[in-house]
Amino acid sequence: MTVDVLFPTSADEAATQYGDGEGITVFAGGTILLPEIASGRMLPERALLLHRSGLDKVAVDGDRVTIGAMVPVASLTESDDEVLAEIARHIADEEVRRNATVGGNLSAPPGGDAQRGDLGAALIALGAQVRSAGAGGERTEPVEDFLAADRSRRLMLDVSYDRGDRRSATASLRRRHAHSYAIATVAACKGADGIRIGVTGVGPTAIRCRSVEASGNADDVLKDVEPVDDAVASAAYRRTVLPKLVREALDQLERS
Amino acid sequence: MKLIVNGVEHEIVSTPLTPLLHVLRDELDITSPKAGCQQGGCGTCTVLVDGEPRRSCLTVVAAVDGAAITTVEGLGEAESLSPVQAAFYNRYAAQCGFCTPGMVIAATALIERKGGAVERDEVLEALGGHYCRCTGYVKIVDAVMAASRGEVEA
Repeated sequence: MTVDVLFPTSADEAATQYGDGEGITVFAGGTILLPEIASGRMLPERALLLHRSGLDKVAVDGDRVTIGAMVPVASLTESDDEVLAEIARHIADEEVRRNATVGGNLSAPPGGDAQRGDLGAALIALGAQVRSAGAGGERTEPVEDFLAADRSRRLMLDVSYDRGDRRSATASLRRRHAHSYAIATVAACKGADGIRIGVTGVGPTAIRCRSVEASGNADDVLKDVEPVDDAVASAAYRRTVLPKLVREALDQLERS
Repeated sequence: MKLIVNGVEHEIVSTPLTPLLHVLRDELDITSPKAGCQQGGCGTCTVLVDGEPRRSCLTVVAAVDGAAITTVEGLGEAESLSPVQAAFYNRYAAQCGFCTPGMVIAATALIERKGGAVERDEVLEALGGHYCRCTGYVKIVDAVMAASRGEVEA
């Protein structure tokens, strides 16, 4: 069986070819998809390869930073926004990060053995917005809303945020190996508009912690998220450590 | 599609979604990149794509159409080993040898990038995604540091 492979050469063409997403498999970096395909577990009918779509640019316009979906995670490790750089540095290893992309990190379906999408926590803390295409046309929304909705039929185009005057902090618990997914990770920023906190590694997507933002009480994180069991850690363990990580991040913000 | 592998241009007939690893091994008969875990976790399939180390098992060939690929076959010959190969050989940094191609490619890229002596921490970071089940890593890390200083003899 032959696969119909599409190579859009612009973001507009990618959005047109994607349509409503029906029957289309989107390739960003391929780090999740390719093992599935090579092993025969998955056989796409139509594949949309974004490598020539021009979505691999980081644009800075005044304070506004726009990161294309195809920007490799490796390049974010050098970001001027430390909260993003710090989270990116802990994703896989530097060779995998050259293939892995921002779009893939935010758009991949939930993992089976471990939780995915670490960049989401940093982008929530930065107050980022995701621009995506799909049924009903283009849409721009807060990253936490994009993650909370059904992403399976959205084509992420880029993510953007204001590089304002803000302090940031991260706190993470992970095993000492490049390929071990985070047990729990917290990213927090404090700017003129208050504190924003994202957590990742504890559930199917990164989540914004509005209760903690409102109260400043780290224990309230368990009102915002319901940690899950997986191969990396138990839900009970995550419930124990997560408030401590949030407290650590809040303390860092106070001290910085 | 085409690839320039170790300086030789090849017309590629594999389907677009084939992993670069299988194009190299099955179509071009270049077998130093090993098919280990085939999910990005072990590092032994690592090759240079336009000078940067990447996992060939995670790289869809259509995405690197036209790129220059370097494998261990492009680094040195049996009679004239590259500095990293010579350091691995002389300092016993290989046992079964299965991980060695990826280690050598990643180490070569690291030394090229740094342009001089590399620190232990830099080696650990660069090889952090590469598994060796024989050596315990000590001799590998020592060999990479030695190669970066030009000390390739035993």
